[in-house]
Amino acid sequence: MMSYVQSLGRSGMQILRDYGRAGLLLYRAIVHVPNVRKGFPLVVQQIYAEGVLSLLIIIVSSLFIGMVVALQGYHTLAKFGASQELGPLVALSVARELGPVVTALLFAGRAGSALTAEIGLMKATEQLSSMEMMAVDPIYRVISPRLWGGFISLPMLTLIFNAMAIYGAYLVGVKWLGIDAGSFWSNMQSSVDFHGDILNGIYKSIVFGIVVTWISVYQGYDAVPTSAGIANATTRSVVYSSLAVLGLDFVLTAMMIGGW
Amino acid sequence: MSNFVEITNLHFQHNNRAIFRGVDINIPLGKVTAVMGPSGTGKTTLLRLIGAQLYPTQGQVLVDGQNIHALNRHELYKLRKRMGLLFQSGGLFTHLNVFENVAFPLREHTKLSDAMIRSLVLMKLEMVGLRGAYHLMPSELSGGMSRRVALARAISLDPEFIMYDEPLSGQDPISMGVLIKLIRTLNDSLGLTTVVVSHDVQEILSIADYVYVIADGKIIGQGTPSSINLDNAGQLQQFLNGLPDGPVPFHYPAKSLQQDLIGGNL
Amino acid sequence: MISQRTIESFVGLFLFGALLALIVLAFKVSGLTTIFKSDGYYVTAAFDDIGQLKVRSAVKIGGVTVGEVSNIKLDPTTFKAVVHMNIKSHVNDIPADSTASILTAGLLGDNYIAISPMYSNEFLKNNSEIQETHSAMILEKLIGQLLFKINNSSKTTAENEGVKS
Repeated sequence: MMSYVQSLGRSGMQILRDYGRAGLLLYRAIVHVPNVRKGFPLVVQQIYAEGVLSLLIIIVSSLFIGMVVALQGYHTLAKFGASQELGPLVALSVARELGPVVTALLFAGRAGSALTAEIGLMKATEQLSSMEMMAVDPIYRVISPRLWGGFISLPMLTLIFNAMAIYGAYLVGVKWLGIDAGSFWSNMQSSVDFHGDILNGIYKSIVFGIVVTWISVYQGYDAVPTSAGIANATTRSVVYSSLAVLGLDFVLTAMMIGGW
Repeated sequence: MSNFVEITNLHFQHNNRAIFRGVDINIPLGKVTAVMGPSGTGKTTLLRLIGAQLYPTQGQVLVDGQNIHALNRHELYKLRKRMGLLFQSGGLFTHLNVFENVAFPLREHTKLSDAMIRSLVLMKLEMVGLRGAYHLMPSELSGGMSRRVALARAISLDPEFIMYDEPLSGQDPISMGVLIKLIRTLNDSLGLTTVVVSHDVQEILSIADYVYVIADGKIIGQGTPSSINLDNAGQLQQFLNGLPDGPVPFHYPAKSLQQDLIGGNL
Repeated sequence: MISQRTIESFVGLFLFGALLALIVLAFKVSGLTTIFKSDGYYVTAAFDDIGQLKVRSAVKIGGVTVGEVSNIKLDPTTFKAVVHMNIKSHVNDIPADSTASILTAGLLGDNYIAISPMYSNEFLKNNSEIQETHSAMILEKLIGQLLFKINNSSKTTAENEGVKS
């Protein structure tokens, strides 16, 4: 009996220690203001690696998601004779929920896992240690640019996702199913609010960007430097990021609907 | 003769396993000191302790007269700029080519112009004989070549003190010879203080000025290469001559075979 | 290894694309127009009851959207709802004696303001007021009136019948 209590306590302490270390990592990486001359190119490189290289998957999935939502929504709305409301349906579901959440999930799979694996491998091949011995702090040189790159990339990707998904819905709704283009856009405009719907979605994606990049980077930095350890860390980073995104999405939505 | 590094009564524990139990090592200025020992005796750990990547549980490490584990971050990084550590795997940055790898510490720590960095890097690469390979990526290098590149990178800031972690393991005889020669000539021509950690006994004895042998967390023998060969301690002779059985048993500690086979459960 | 210049151009394009997406979302999707001062002119109208009319509801003439509601205030003395409308500048020949009524699109749709043009030679200008207004039809009130009338008529018929018998 006591041993169960003891193991509970031990795992509790382990979890707390992990959170503490992750928090310290984030704190040290963020507090360090990137040196403009050296830090800026590094952050740009990371935006390229995390953002630009994720564009393809984001654009393709957003088009398809927009098209599917339009197709499904049209047939449901048509039953109530409200197919004119397809524009608002798509725009609201994409801007509020699908855009931020799906982009964050795709980002965790595409860029987050790559971050974890890259940092884990740098650790395993002693690149981080040799950097330290060259008197270069890897938290500033490696971790910080990757964090900032992720913070910036995800909201940008979300914006592009939203626009492309709505375009996909436009293709299906207007070009294929024959809804009047004018009513598609004007109904959308009259029911979508810039602050309440679009900006709140972007705020969500900013939070998701911080959380997903943070988890990915920490899992890589904390990985056991063996091939099995890196494999584990990569899996954990995707699983934890996805769970964190979905859980936080609920919390954030509740806060936004409750008006903070 | 003054010492660049003085280690006194060093204790280190990792996961409740004692790796060092009271080790005293002096590394004299301007000499090549070899630290040898069987695998798993914490030779790499020793280098990380000297570089303050790990902290000892007891004892102190003086580097150039300063207790390196008591320094704050700023002072530590200042001191590290004067040290180089060559890791076993080389630790080259895989996303940069050979030239950029060697240029990395210069770009980080100096404000030299590109032309200046170019000439410095080419000079360092010339020393290790790889000037022609400046454009290759680390993945295109052989094991021996990548260690030489890592060596060029380690000396690019002109350190006073350089540590080699297993520089010879897994090398063919030719690259071994090249590396042995480089370690010695760099030490002499640049006036470095060198520590080599290795278990390639004969090669290291041929270049070392002074030798320490560690086993079981303690120093079991020390001296100049010629004097250490005369030491009669059993464990030391077993290590130096590579005997399969001796004071260090062939078998990992276990119950008797009979008991194990009859008892059944592991 | 891709050169820093190429990376920077790609990142620049990426950020530009994201900005473009934001602009599309702002103007095409959410119809955000309040950032820029619109080029139309403003007219006001006071209603007894505006129903579900909201800011940014449409203003239509003959079913064609000619502007939108820009602001709704309560007049503190008359307790009427003063609705400010922004009419597009090219629709500059609405007769000054036109009437404004609040109608509903479909049975359950949004409220909008319909302007019915009259015959004056004077036109609505910036800050002019539409005098003649018809309030929103509130479904609950209509049903209440209907029920009241049905009750009344059945009562009177019953009384009439009572007198007759």
